[in-house]
This record gives sequence, structure tokens and C-alpha cells, in this order.
Amino acid sequence: MNVLTQNFQLYGDGFLGTLRLTVYSSLLALALGVVMAGFRVAPVGALRGVGTAWVAVLRNTPLTLLFFAMLLGLPRFGVALPFELFAVLALGCYTSSFICEAVRSGINTVPLGQGEAARSLGMTFGQTLGTVVLPQAFRTVIAPVGSTLIALCKNSAIAGSFSVTELLSTYKTLNENGYSVLWSFVWIALGYLILTLAISALFHFMERRWGAAR
Amino acid sequence: MTARRSPQARSSAPPAASALYDVPGPRTRIRHFCYGVLTVLALAALLGWVVDLLVGTGQFSAVKWRPFSYVGIQELLLRGLGNTLKAFAMAAVLALALGAVLAAGRLSDHRPVRWVSTVLVEFFRAMPVLVMIFFIFVALQVQPLPALVAGLTLYNGSVLAEVFRSGVRSVDRGQREAAYALGLRKTQVMTHVLVPQAVRAMLPTIISQLVVALKDTSLGFLITYEEFLHAGRLIAINMDYTMPFIPIVLVISAIYIGLCMLLSWFATWVSRRERRSVKAGRSGAVRVAPAEAGSAMPGGSGIR
Repeated sequence: MNVLTQNFQLYGDGFLGTLRLTVYSSLLALALGVVMAGFRVAPVGALRGVGTAWVAVLRNTPLTLLFFAMLLGLPRFGVALPFELFAVLALGCYTSSFICEAVRSGINTVPLGQGEAARSLGMTFGQTLGTVVLPQAFRTVIAPVGSTLIALCKNSAIAGSFSVTELLSTYKTLNENGYSVLWSFVWIALGYLILTLAISALFHFMERRWGAAR
Repeated sequence: MTARRSPQARSSAPPAASALYDVPGPRTRIRHFCYGVLTVLALAALLGWVVDLLVGTGQFSAVKWRPFSYVGIQELLLRGLGNTLKAFAMAAVLALALGAVLAAGRLSDHRPVRWVSTVLVEFFRAMPVLVMIFFIFVALQVQPLPALVAGLTLYNGSVLAEVFRSGVRSVDRGQREAAYALGLRKTQVMTHVLVPQAVRAMLPTIISQLVVALKDTSLGFLITYEEFLHAGRLIAINMDYTMPFIPIVLVISAIYIGLCMLLSWFATWVSRRERRSVKAGRSGAVRVAPAEAGSAMPGGSGIR
């Protein structure tokens, strides 16, 4: 217990760091993922190709490799950003490929008639997708997106090893100061549990509110 | 996730038509063509910019690529790749075994066994795999390889346990009842009737989870396990070779992504074959939701 009370500041910083990483990367991943899902069902072949390639490459890239390449590689081209921003970019791009697949399969669950009805009203592709299909897809996509974001939160632990302030990296300082390793990890684990449970509660709530059984 | 657009609609119409847009007329076709050209131009510009950046900073100069022809460097890289594959093989085998044990525990008729396995599965799925690896590495003071393999095994084993369990539960109830009616014992029903069908149906998901394990072996880099990335870093920080960092990243990324893609592609192939054979009625017994191949994310199944 005293490991937590004596290092509350350190744990708090780490917790907030993980929270910041999770929130910003989630927003980036959601935005990119929805755009890429739109590309993947677009009538233009080249756009479909972009979406497919984006998903195929990023989904098969180890996240550590992405961090490695981004945080150590980009600075050599004079791209100097704060480490945290690099981490958000890496996490966001990586997760966006999973969001894209979730949204795309959500689009596939919307009954064909919906799209056909929209078209017969004379709607364009953008209108059909934006005002008819995506809002309905959103209802079935809540659960898979929720578990993807939980995974993002857990994956953010990797950022700590690339000198970003976050929860897991607090163990190093504690270890150097001679605190019990076991207890420092217990509190780290608890921090992650709080975050993941909060996300899953949020998405449970959203699903109860808007979810559709299809 | 399961309901896909009916295959007939997809196969009878050209790929240009979907529920979301009409078959394009002549003017729309021209417009789409223009969009396509614009996209390609934008991509070409991006690619050109990147290549220009790489060439401008001399990444393609012979000096930076010469190290790859040295035997020592090649051996270092190959050893790294070998270590990665070694960790993957060990983690995959152990995770499959652990998954089978935990799934059996969760399907057990004995309540304490069920509870213990449920708690284990839920806990290990909820923890970031890196936290487990670090804990095993730092707190239990083991070597990097066992720490990495143990962490990956615990995490992927728990996820696979859920996959196995849902596979077994998705087998038609009549199968189990028929087997009991024939006088098979509980274990026989499981091993002879339920598991073979479950594994067959869940194979794509299992392979996708193995892709996750393969990707996560790169976490070994963070605990100084001498795997592929580690080998790359060793070369990159070595001053003798004028720091060919970018070439190393290019080569390593290509190999890593290629390996994972190969495995993902295998999962897709298996699931496509599976779906075709089910449709053809050759194995009418197993009707489970076709698993979306390769859709697993590290931690993707999460705690919900």
C-alpha cells in the first residue's frame, strides 16, 4: 500500500499519461478508421485500393516495429515532434486498421434494402453512406470498436519503453528507488484495469442505449 | 460481423456495383475515372516525396547498403530472425496447449475448476501482455526468452481458450446428444465428436490469433531479447557502418510484415475453403459463424 501512497505523484502522472495516449490515439484511430472504411466501399477503384493496402499493411505490422521506425526513424529526416505525439501517431494509425475492419463489417450488416432505398431516392454515394448506412452500422459496431479501443489502451504500454510518460514505465523509477517490484506491479495492473473497465463500461452503456440486435 | 452481403449479389454483378451506389453511367464513369486519376496522382506525389527524401538523405547510397553484403551482418540478422521464429514457435505451441487446458476447465462439470479457469482467463486477457512480460522479466528475474514466451503464452493461451470454448459450444447440440446416445463417455464425446468439429470451424480464428502472437514476439525487443528488431538496432547503432538505420528499418519491416501477411493470408485461405465446403454441403454438421480471418487484434477480444 505504501508503494502507492508514497509515489502517488508518479503513479498519477503515469496514469494520466496512459489516459492521454488512449484518448488522443482513439480519436485519431476512429477518424482514420471511418475514412478508410469509406474508402474500402467507395465506387472508385483506386480509393478501394488505398483502403485495402492501408489495412493489409498496418494490421500485419508489429506495433513495436511501428514505434521503432517512427520514433527512431522520423527524427533522422528532421521530423522533430514530442515523443508523445509520435506515440499517438503510431498507436492511432495501427488501431485505425482494426477500426476500419470493424466499421466495414458493420456496413455489411446493414440490410441491402436500406442502401437500395436510399439510391432509389436519388441519393449519391456520399449521402447513402453518410446519412443512411453509417448511422445504422454505428449501432452494430459499438461492441467491436469498444474491444478494439480496450486493446489500444493496453497496447499503449509499449510507448513507455520509448521514453513516453505512461503507467508501465513508472516501474523503472520505483525499481531504482528500491520499492517492492511485486507491489509496484500490482498498482500498475490496477491502473490498467481501471482504464479498461471504464472503457468497457462506457461501451456497454452506449450499446444499451443505441445498440441494435441484428 | 457475420452477416455478409449475399455471395450471389456479389458474384452476379460486376464489382463496380454494390448496395451503396448504382452501376455508373457514362458520365459517372468519367467522374470516377477522374477521382481515380487524382488518387493515383496524390499517391504518386506522396511516394515521390518519400523517395526524394530517402534519396536526398542518401539512404540509397551504396555505403549504406554495403553492410548487408557482409557475412557477419547477414548472420546477425538471420540469427535475430531465427530467435524471433523460435520464440514464436514456442509461444504458439504452449499457448495452444494452455488454451486447450483452460477451455477444458471452463467447460468442466465441476464448479471449482470452472471458476478457477474463468478467473485465470479473464485476468490474463485483461492485462496488457507487455505488463505481464515485464513482470515476469523484472520480478521473477528470468531470462528474456522464457519471460517473453511465458507472457505470450499466458495471454494468447487465454484468448485461444475462449476461441476453443466458443467453438465447442457452437457445435450443433444434436452431435453431443447423438454421441451420448451411442454410449460414449464425457471425455470421448469431447475428444471424438466436439473438438474435431470445433477446431475445424475455428481454424481461421486460431491462425489469426497466432498472427497476433507472431507480431507480439517483437515485444521481446523491449526486454532485450536478441530478436529481429534487436539485431537491426545493433547494426544501426554501430558507428562502423555509417549508421544505415533507414535501410535496416526498410529490410526488417519488409520481412516482418511479409511473414505476418503470409500467415494472415493462410488464415483467409483456410476460412474461404471452409466456407466453400460448408456451402457445398460436404460438412453440413458445423454451422458456426464464419470467423473473420485476420480480424484479431492483440487484446482485441478484450474484456467486455
